[in-house]
Amino acid sequence: MSLRYILGAAVLVGLPFGAAMAADDIEPCDGCANSMTVVSWGGAYQTSQQNAYSKPYAELTGTTFTWDESSNEAVAKLRAQFEAGNVTWDLVDVEGPDSQRLCDEGLAMPIDFDAVLAPGDDGSTPTADFGDGLINECFIPQIWFSTTFGYRTDVAEWNGAVPTSLCDVFDMEKFPGKRALEKRPKKNLEWALLCDGVTKEELYDVLSTPEGVDRALKKLDTIKDQTVWWSAGAEAPQLLADKEVVFGSTYNGRLFAVIEEQHQPVAMLWDYEVFDFDGWIVPADLPEDRKARVMNFLRFATDTQRLADQAKWISYGPARASSQPLVGKHADLGIEMAPHMPTNPDNMKNYLVNNIEWWADHQDEVEAKFQAWLTQ
Amino acid sequence: MTDATAGKPPRGGQMLAADGTPLKVSLRRAMRAQKLRALLLISPLLLFVLLTFILPIGDMLLRSVENDIVPSTLPKTVVALQDWDPKTSELPGEPVFAGLHDDLVIAVEKKANTRLGQRLNYEYSGFSSLMRGVVRDLKSMDTSRPFMEQFIEADKKWGDPAVWRTLKTFSGEYTSGYLLNALDMQRTENGIQMKPEQERIYLKLFLRTMAMSLGITFICLLLGYPIAFLLASLPLRTSNLILILVLLPFWTSLLVRTAAWKVLLQQQGVINDILVWLGLVADNARLVMINNATGTTIAMTHILLPFMILPLFSVMKGIPPSYMRAAKSLGANDWTAFWRVYFPQSIPGVGAGAILCFILAIGYYITPELVGGTSGVFISNRIAYHISTSLNWGLAAALATLLLVVVLALYWTYDRIVGIDNVKLG
Repeated sequence: MSLRYILGAAVLVGLPFGAAMAADDIEPCDGCANSMTVVSWGGAYQTSQQNAYSKPYAELTGTTFTWDESSNEAVAKLRAQFEAGNVTWDLVDVEGPDSQRLCDEGLAMPIDFDAVLAPGDDGSTPTADFGDGLINECFIPQIWFSTTFGYRTDVAEWNGAVPTSLCDVFDMEKFPGKRALEKRPKKNLEWALLCDGVTKEELYDVLSTPEGVDRALKKLDTIKDQTVWWSAGAEAPQLLADKEVVFGSTYNGRLFAVIEEQHQPVAMLWDYEVFDFDGWIVPADLPEDRKARVMNFLRFATDTQRLADQAKWISYGPARASSQPLVGKHADLGIEMAPHMPTNPDNMKNYLVNNIEWWADHQDEVEAKFQAWLTQ
Repeated sequence: MTDATAGKPPRGGQMLAADGTPLKVSLRRAMRAQKLRALLLISPLLLFVLLTFILPIGDMLLRSVENDIVPSTLPKTVVALQDWDPKTSELPGEPVFAGLHDDLVIAVEKKANTRLGQRLNYEYSGFSSLMRGVVRDLKSMDTSRPFMEQFIEADKKWGDPAVWRTLKTFSGEYTSGYLLNALDMQRTENGIQMKPEQERIYLKLFLRTMAMSLGITFICLLLGYPIAFLLASLPLRTSNLILILVLLPFWTSLLVRTAAWKVLLQQQGVINDILVWLGLVADNARLVMINNATGTTIAMTHILLPFMILPLFSVMKGIPPSYMRAAKSLGANDWTAFWRVYFPQSIPGVGAGAILCFILAIGYYITPELVGGTSGVFISNRIAYHISTSLNWGLAAALATLLLVVVLALYWTYDRIVGIDNVKLG
């Protein structure tokens, strides 16, 4: 009885996946390898990629996919593979700054976007469709994501006050309780300075002065003893759900899961969230057959429909402008996804983009200072 | 009394084997064949260990002093810089800039410029963008004009003597830069100095790693000794049951066990909830037992406890119970019998368990990362960070080398004080 119920439920859940596949414009692939090794982040994000990209592609072409959940150390591992002369990965999902590093070092292959990628559904060229997302010649963006704060909505000590701005995170009097912040200087320093009276435009000029970093750390000192420092993306949502903290910074997709899927009394603070891209790079010098397969897959997996499909499973904004109107409802929850996208205009009133160049120059020095500050 | 002359060679001659060769030679031949056979038998393992363990680790440790990237990417510049005195505030001459131009043209073609920039950025912030910028700068350069002014026009950092001083200091095939950095030191114009107070971190972490590992080992011993004693003295059926309980955590994933400690120890966790319910702790003053050194100590003690209990148990199993009875029958009380007769015999197990726990503890990083917060992280967490995130493999190798040196030093001290032959796993 119960087994039949479970099987029935599985079929029902399975249905939308099948319905999502539209086998329209896949190009034939001659002399292509039959398998691919794709590297991603694991978790709900990788599942959304499998549902939207690789499952339909495998059904159409019979390609076998192997997934490796190594994206958080992709640069290190890819470098090691190149040093050993044995590159086993075909396609790697990385964040914007990492793609820059791989591209600069010649470990990622430059892509001719207009030749490789499919044009947008609205007829726009890939270059125009992806727009600002094409941050270097190797990187094919998939999604916009943002790092932002979630807060608990049931804190008695707040006497009904509701956080509306980023700086409420630093307001211990009005909003007492513990905070969760990432154990890295990036983003935290910017947020601290913004709440110390620095404007968005002056941010990196102030950080470049010898006193800039100290000023940011001094601001962070005001909440330091009330802060839990996280290192894995899943920690902050967990801490929020367990009432361990009242504010927590994390990726907006993780907060979506806590709020909409687990129905925790948590809400999202859209103020000075930090935007970043996530996307694909192809390792340089792949053998011809593997390269041909990757290019064929890329054309399919980054077209307008597929990028919009991914938003059915996770609340990250598709990187193509032409995909935005196609964003529909969540595959399981049935709620409209557009209001939850970081790219939704209502959520983008104040936002921030990290200065990759500044961080490349100051990462080593600032990280050392930050870690020393943490241990004090 | 046995016959004292038996086995001695006959006076004036050598003892001969049955085939007439001298016994010594014959014996040596037999031994050699035996040794060779033994060597052949272990050779697959020896090769395996050599190829997959010793060579890669040696290669990794070498990176802590390797600086090949600077002289091999900028060969002409490095040679031209030899005549320049870094103590002056003047810039190096035109030949250096001309050499730099030639070197960078090749480097950009090979895409080696950003790797070099990253390497030098460890020593002087700003090299990273300087070296990335050269791709654009070189395109606009005119080979008929002097390069010095063109470089400074393109990026004013080239006009800063500090940039050149860094380049000259780190132009050798080998460098002490990483090792110095790992000791919170740096090389300045005035020689080697400690880093500014607020950038020092590694010495502190080394000390903390040692102190906490020792503490954890000691707690493991305190908790493990009675259990091992119980295991060794109970009848087999009961002791097997307890042994399974000891081994059970071994079969559970490390991450699951660590996550379980989070559930138990956090402020809204099970233990705090019970304490609040019992009225021992006020609701607004819940204990902080995780994301700090306490969390690391508790979680790691739990994980390492079996490594203490098992060697203790196997040594205690070999201590005949009749010794204690004999001591008591000779008038010793319980404590004297234990302390004077039983405990000394269990020392080899204590040594083995303690070494095992300690060595495992100083290399741990996943548990401190998850439950250690800021006050409970170890040096291995920094090594992991430099390997996989900052990609400063030289610094990671230097930290690992220092850790290895510290462990070997402690091992040596242990050998001098307790004696390594006084260690038994069973």
